Amino acid sequence: MALLQISEPGMSPAPHQHKLAVGIDLGTTNSLVATVKSGMSTVLHDEQGHALLPSVVRYLEDQVIVGHEAQAAQSADPINTIVSVKRFMGRALHDITDRAHIPYQFVENAASAGMLELSTRAGLKSPVEISADILKTLKLRAEKALGGELTGAVITVPAYFDDAQRQATKDAARLAGIHVLRLLNEPTAAAVAYGLDNAAEGVYVIYDLGGGTFDISILKLSQGVFEVLATNGDSALGGDDFDHRIYCWLIDQVRSKNADFQPLNEQDTRLLLTKARQAKEWLTDNHEANIVCKLSTGALVDETLSVAEFVRFTEHLVNKTLSPTRKAMRDAGLTIDDIKGVVLVGGATRMPHIRHAVQAHFQQEPLTNLDPDKVVALGAAIQANVLAGNRSGDDILLLDVTPLSLGLETMGGLVEKVIPRNSTLPIARAQDFTTYKDGQTAMAIHVVQGERELVSDCRSLARFELRGIPPMVAGAARIRVTFQVDADGLLSVSAREQASGVEAAITVKPSYGLHEDQITQMLKDSYGAAESDKQARMLREAVVDAQRLIEAIHVALAQAGDQLLSADERSLITQHIDTLTQLCAGTDHHAIHQASDALNHATEPFAARRMDASVQQALAGKNLDSLEL
Amino acid sequence: MAITLTETAAQRVEKFLAHRGKGIGLRLGVKTTGCSGMAYTLEFVDELLPEDTSFESHGVKVIVDPKSLVYIDGTELDFTKEGLNEGFKFNNPNVKDECGCGESFTV
Repeated sequence: MALLQISEPGMSPAPHQHKLAVGIDLGTTNSLVATVKSGMSTVLHDEQGHALLPSVVRYLEDQVIVGHEAQAAQSADPINTIVSVKRFMGRALHDITDRAHIPYQFVENAASAGMLELSTRAGLKSPVEISADILKTLKLRAEKALGGELTGAVITVPAYFDDAQRQATKDAARLAGIHVLRLLNEPTAAAVAYGLDNAAEGVYVIYDLGGGTFDISILKLSQGVFEVLATNGDSALGGDDFDHRIYCWLIDQVRSKNADFQPLNEQDTRLLLTKARQAKEWLTDNHEANIVCKLSTGALVDETLSVAEFVRFTEHLVNKTLSPTRKAMRDAGLTIDDIKGVVLVGGATRMPHIRHAVQAHFQQEPLTNLDPDKVVALGAAIQANVLAGNRSGDDILLLDVTPLSLGLETMGGLVEKVIPRNSTLPIARAQDFTTYKDGQTAMAIHVVQGERELVSDCRSLARFELRGIPPMVAGAARIRVTFQVDADGLLSVSAREQASGVEAAITVKPSYGLHEDQITQMLKDSYGAAESDKQARMLREAVVDAQRLIEAIHVALAQAGDQLLSADERSLITQHIDTLTQLCAGTDHHAIHQASDALNHATEPFAARRMDASVQQALAGKNLDSLEL
Repeated sequence: MAITLTETAAQRVEKFLAHRGKGIGLRLGVKTTGCSGMAYTLEFVDELLPEDTSFESHGVKVIVDPKSLVYIDGTELDFTKEGLNEGFKFNNPNVKDECGCGESFTV
């Protein structure tokens, strides 16, 4: 018979209507699935009792193997065994910079909108398909453990994930047949797992040191609402680096005792790295670790590593995590005194000297009582349980932020920011724009992401056109452009001409996104380039104003130049226009302003005569009484 | 007659209650829905109602409303594992027939 779980008072499900919802931590190295049973968030195990599913997929000709078995085949079949596919999600080929160190055969596929694909024995596989294979395995595990079909899942993503990476994650879930209730930022999930949503209001720091990545997030809880104040991190720093330091130390030791030490083959490298990882884990609870093994050359390795030594040669790695931590604190405009609690996430945070460093930095003891490997999945499960409707009343509303500003291109290649960086999601912002030329009936809308002032320095996300604007003089049309980012961080942009109601919209599913490094780089550039950006903006603005002036004068000259101007007057104006046009090609915005003023001045008599002429025209043939003055 | 828990079930209930941080016991009941007549319900209890009957089993307070009691009196609640799935199971002597899945029953 079916097995039952305890429900909240009055929330017992009707038979066959159990809402089975899970939380999935789709990690770079390992993935997990968890669910809430009888009010308790629990990680689900496979038949062998493993909670962690290595995020490794091996493709055979007619079979897909996911997890431990695939991981074991990694060195034997590197091309068809894909590890760390999360790094490729939503990426184009040129985004992968260290391709030389990755054994896979990458293919750029135009059909998949710029996202790279990997050539395997089983054919071309996109990162989305590979992730879907991991998700399918977790789904199967969950359905076996829960005895029914899943209603939906909350899947976690790094806070840094951009639109493309989030969309790719959603696509992978759809491909695996999982209904995504929500994408949730990993740090937010960790905070939920610790029940911080029920804790005192205040600011919490989530320190997440995983196998290969480091993320720091600052969350603010107020009135039961979570808001991500700031995020930062290092995409190339993790527990693996500590293993690698031990490995290097081991080699140094062996070499110093052994004059004819030979470079290691791949098998021995792997062996020593495994020994290094075991030593690191051992040192969590012990003062020293013995590392004993025999290399394929017959050489014997027998070393003792003390905690003190380990701390000494990995201290710089620990310090490396503190610099993004400070940056995030600065971004959020906070000091240590503002922090109410610190949560540790990721297996690497088990290392005592990391705990000490975090404790010293924040001057308080971090929360560590949940398994740091599982905490993200546990939090996701709690959120999934709420979203599936298994809990009454005390809904948690989780808010995240935009990692970079979103805006659009205006005349002169300038960026008008519509949604600033670190805005809480979901968000909608509208801004009015107008036409640049008389009779303009269409407007191109170019959506960009980034902090810089010039479009060319930002990342292009999408382009679309609003057509059918009724012809009006320049500046008369009112076009309202609305940016909307939903709770999952996906952007849609719509434009509407207010008078006629013509509309156009686009949902941004960018061809590929930004790497964390790029985001960090873009932020850094925007600070470093603040002054030159300001100069560039002033220049572009001067040029746009000058061109608008020239355009208006050309129109006026064509209409009335012959009647109202003498040849001399006309050539004077033309001269000024030529000067200004030349200056516009240069970089001196002061000179452009001056020349624009001069041109304005030179055309004043012409403007006055045009005014008179149009007044005369309006009055011609009318007597005084018929005028309503 | 009475409602009892197996020792395993009692331990689980205590653990879940402790984790939940509030609640005075466990409510067993039946709802008149389901493909075969009636369905079991299993809930945490925050509030005892005047008409409730309560039992004590292995230190856990078990609460049943009078309408449900007639259908489940004599039941032993167990906690078992079936493959990867684990959960509570009603061993109800009153049951004549169950639907295939066992989520609902007739007496």
